[in-house]
Amino acid sequence: MSRSLLSISELGEPGLRRLLSIADHMAEVNRRANPKVPALRGKTVCNLFFEDSTRTRLSFETAAKRLSADTMNFAVSQSSLNKGESLRDTVETIAAMGVDAFVIRHGSSGAPWQLSSWTTASVINAGDGWHAHPTQALLDMYTVRTTLNRLEGFDGLRVAMVGDIKHSRVARSTTEAFKMLGADVTWVAPRTLLPPSHKEHVVAHLDEVIDDIDILYLLRMQKERMNEALVPHLREYTTRFGLTPERAARLGDHVLVMHPGPMNRGVEMAVDPSELPGNVINQQVTNGINVRMAVLFDLLGSGSENSLAGSPEA
Amino acid sequence: MKPTPSKLLITNGRLIDAGGERSADVRIADGVVAEIGVGLLSSDGEQVVNAAGMVVCPGFVDLHVHLREPGREEAETIETGSRGAALGGFTAIVAMPNTDPTQDSVGVIEFVRQQGERAGLCEVLPSGSITIGRKGETLTPFAELAAAGVRLFTDDGNGVQDPQLMRRAYEYASDLGITMAQHCEVERLTEGAVMHEGSCCSHLGLPGWPSLAEELMVHRDIELVRLTGAPAHFLHLSTAGSVELVRKAKADGLAVTAEATPHHISLTDELLTSYSALYKVTPPLRTMGDIEAIREGLRDGTIDAIATDHAPHVSESKELPLDQAPPGMLGLETALGVSIAHLNMPLVDIVAALSWKPAEIAGVADRHGRPIEVGEPANLTVFDPAEEWEVVPGQLASKSRNTPFVGVALTGRVKHTIFNGEAVVLDGVAQK
Repeated sequence: MSRSLLSISELGEPGLRRLLSIADHMAEVNRRANPKVPALRGKTVCNLFFEDSTRTRLSFETAAKRLSADTMNFAVSQSSLNKGESLRDTVETIAAMGVDAFVIRHGSSGAPWQLSSWTTASVINAGDGWHAHPTQALLDMYTVRTTLNRLEGFDGLRVAMVGDIKHSRVARSTTEAFKMLGADVTWVAPRTLLPPSHKEHVVAHLDEVIDDIDILYLLRMQKERMNEALVPHLREYTTRFGLTPERAARLGDHVLVMHPGPMNRGVEMAVDPSELPGNVINQQVTNGINVRMAVLFDLLGSGSENSLAGSPEA
Repeated sequence: MKPTPSKLLITNGRLIDAGGERSADVRIADGVVAEIGVGLLSSDGEQVVNAAGMVVCPGFVDLHVHLREPGREEAETIETGSRGAALGGFTAIVAMPNTDPTQDSVGVIEFVRQQGERAGLCEVLPSGSITIGRKGETLTPFAELAAAGVRLFTDDGNGVQDPQLMRRAYEYASDLGITMAQHCEVERLTEGAVMHEGSCCSHLGLPGWPSLAEELMVHRDIELVRLTGAPAHFLHLSTAGSVELVRKAKADGLAVTAEATPHHISLTDELLTSYSALYKVTPPLRTMGDIEAIREGLRDGTIDAIATDHAPHVSESKELPLDQAPPGMLGLETALGVSIAHLNMPLVDIVAALSWKPAEIAGVADRHGRPIEVGEPANLTVFDPAEEWEVVPGQLASKSRNTPFVGVALTGRVKHTIFNGEAVVLDGVAQK
């Protein structure tokens, strides 16, 4: 059975630290004039995206290509999928073509676990439903670790994660990873946007924590949540939870501002992020390549760092 | 197919019925109990079943079975479902109306009954839907269906959402000797829900089905019973709060009855951490606290009956992602084994919840769940109360394989089932 990356909890703290170290090597590769190495030559990675995601798919595809893996793309929007069509049949057909890893994005929580029970290839969860998005968590950890030079861990770091926690796979995975590395995470959201039964480390107004944090992590507020009566109005959401100019002025210069993208300008991000001293949102995107290369290398590579040297072209 | 003997002698059994327990031999002839005594001698042409160490009891009655015919015969037919029922010790089963077409007219009701008679493995009792097409809009012709023998009415799969329509249903039903059986679910609270709303669903990122969605409708219907005087039966109760509501309603003397399923007394929501759709069911698997409350409800009689909610689905539909897979679990062949293993109750009380109490609710107490006495219809089950076994999906009589009980220890197994005096199951093997 191949190894897979399904969730941060299954990865565990040693695995998380290992991948962050490997990402350092990948960052070094990516700084080269020719950022391409032969490490995964002959390996095939299939991107299986059942939900639209240009950004994550491009990030994975770039990561695979920089490691010289061949890539296949199977993009199918959830809406065009016949509900009766079997994910299993699709996956088994593609696996029969010879695939070393599946990168799966699916709108249904748990789909990567089902997939991994039907294939011997490695499975990388690129986001499932509301549940998990482990490579987002990795790129977030890598961004904090390199920006603050906290190689040993995040003990004492105070994180406020703000917004729609309930429907967010990013919130679940990134919170778990922050805690694994020793940070304190407070969720900031109205009760309607919190997972049911969750009571600890929760505050209901951004102003309660904004003066006492090291990292402000804003989540995307989807406009359709308003239609579900989860928030009465986006204006009110911004008033209570958005990064407004007033709040930006209160924010210490040391505070990192993070966002998984895409941003809703004027809603959760009511200032120009480029004017924020601690803005690391673009670094998050860059680091996405580093950590996804690390994941692919860790799962499919020989384990030898020698393969990170030299010319990729045969 | 070998001819079934018209005469049968069951020896050395431990007889359990509503009157209590005793050890005796039972002779069956011409569809009825012909003789009861100790040391009865077999006569020529009479098949002898040695029931030493086994319980002989009135046949089980399942208030809640999805037979899928007409409409979804790839998942189950009335014949295969009846065979599973017989193997599970059931001599009568209530067929839920969510067929295609819906069991909302005399024609469909008669079809289901006749298919049951053709299979001849147990009595198939069609229920009727409360509303046409189970759409929750227009009442079905209750009196016509009642005249065709329907006693239980339900939109199972859905609760009737409209309180005004449900009030009219109870009022109209009150003259007809029929019972409304409610699937309690306020659907606005369960949109997209996949599993119990609690800490487990938060962690798994799955939309939750709050206990409140069930309890609100249990409460509404208890108050409608109080208002109208018509009886109500509550299907598949799953929460501690529902049990408490029904307990209070019974204490108030209201005409309410309730059932619980084997899976709601044995399996918790934590099984969903596997993301296997085998554990997706409506209402969802809940917490250990809910399980304890339902067990207590069965012990103190708040919950009258164990009903399986046998819900076959083809394998490929259970391989869909959790939010797309249909809810439901097989239950007929494992009901006894789960009940004995998971209910710390005297055997007579377990048999009561499987036999004469549901027989009363289904309106068949004249022929099922009867005392084992001379002249009574011979609908009997013989089971080994101590056998420990594990279910093998491929060996089930159902056309489907979606049992959640693989790997679950079961205690007690049906050996012989006698339906209308005929041994339809002998030594755990269906005879037709």
